[in-house]
Amino acid sequence: MSTIQPNIEQPVSEEMALVRRAKRGDDQAFEELVRRYDRNVFRIAQHITQNREDAEDVVQEAFLKAYSNLEKFQEQSKFYTWLVRIAVNEALMKLRRRKPERTVSLDEEVKTEDDSLPREVADWSPNPEQMYNQAQLRDILTRTIQGLPSGFRTVFVLRDVEGLSTEETAQALELSIPAVKSRLLRARLQLRERLNRYFQKRASGDGDQ
Amino acid sequence: MKCSEFLNELTNYLDGALDARTKSELDDHLAWCHNCYVVCDTTRKTIEIYRDSELYELPEDLRTRLRSAIMTKCSEHKKSDPPST
Repeated sequence: MSTIQPNIEQPVSEEMALVRRAKRGDDQAFEELVRRYDRNVFRIAQHITQNREDAEDVVQEAFLKAYSNLEKFQEQSKFYTWLVRIAVNEALMKLRRRKPERTVSLDEEVKTEDDSLPREVADWSPNPEQMYNQAQLRDILTRTIQGLPSGFRTVFVLRDVEGLSTEETAQALELSIPAVKSRLLRARLQLRERLNRYFQKRASGDGDQ
Repeated sequence: MKCSEFLNELTNYLDGALDARTKSELDDHLAWCHNCYVVCDTTRKTIEIYRDSELYELPEDLRTRLRSAIMTKCSEHKKSDPPST
């Protein structure tokens, strides 16, 4: 069975050259970094906050924070990993402000052990994404991922949607590598389980609506 | 290999992060355990569907507006706190 290939592979040296120019005060270089990563930061922020206005604020605040702290970036990781770490923290702060009654943390332990174990083992249609139109599919995927605990959701988004490595995800979230792996496994299995009902093979032919 | 052992290695298996011997043990398990095969295959599809989905795309007009706001704020920050040279 085939393995999952990484999503993005940015040339590190080119990124670091932009960072160094930005550190020397070249705002055009910083703007190029914004262009390069604004879509990613927006997606991550919206996945965490689940609110578009908050996600817009997070994009602005994360880049401004990166700009004003650029001197402190030690260049021991990719700039993108450092930026994601800032963005995740900003997004979690938004979430805490919006839901002060709950403590929101990536360390939250949720009773999900049982949810991770496959209960229903039914095969899917060969092309499950073609069973629905684009808007329906987007709705299904959004509702399903929003149901995950934020600690699992964030790991899944960074690792599987944004294509960060396990090590980069651990750095960005300040988690250990075993913690990232354990959350990723549970996130993947829970999503699979929740998508079962939409994507199962149907008795009367595949993909028929 | 038990199914629970297979599941514990599922993430490493899908990510291609296993040594040849462990991978071969998992392949053997998949060859006869239909349930694990289905779980593995549908988990891989789950990841691919999310990766290919265009959830939360940033519309171009909003993108331009945000970038302009960011660069204005950066410029204001520079004026109020110029870098030491």
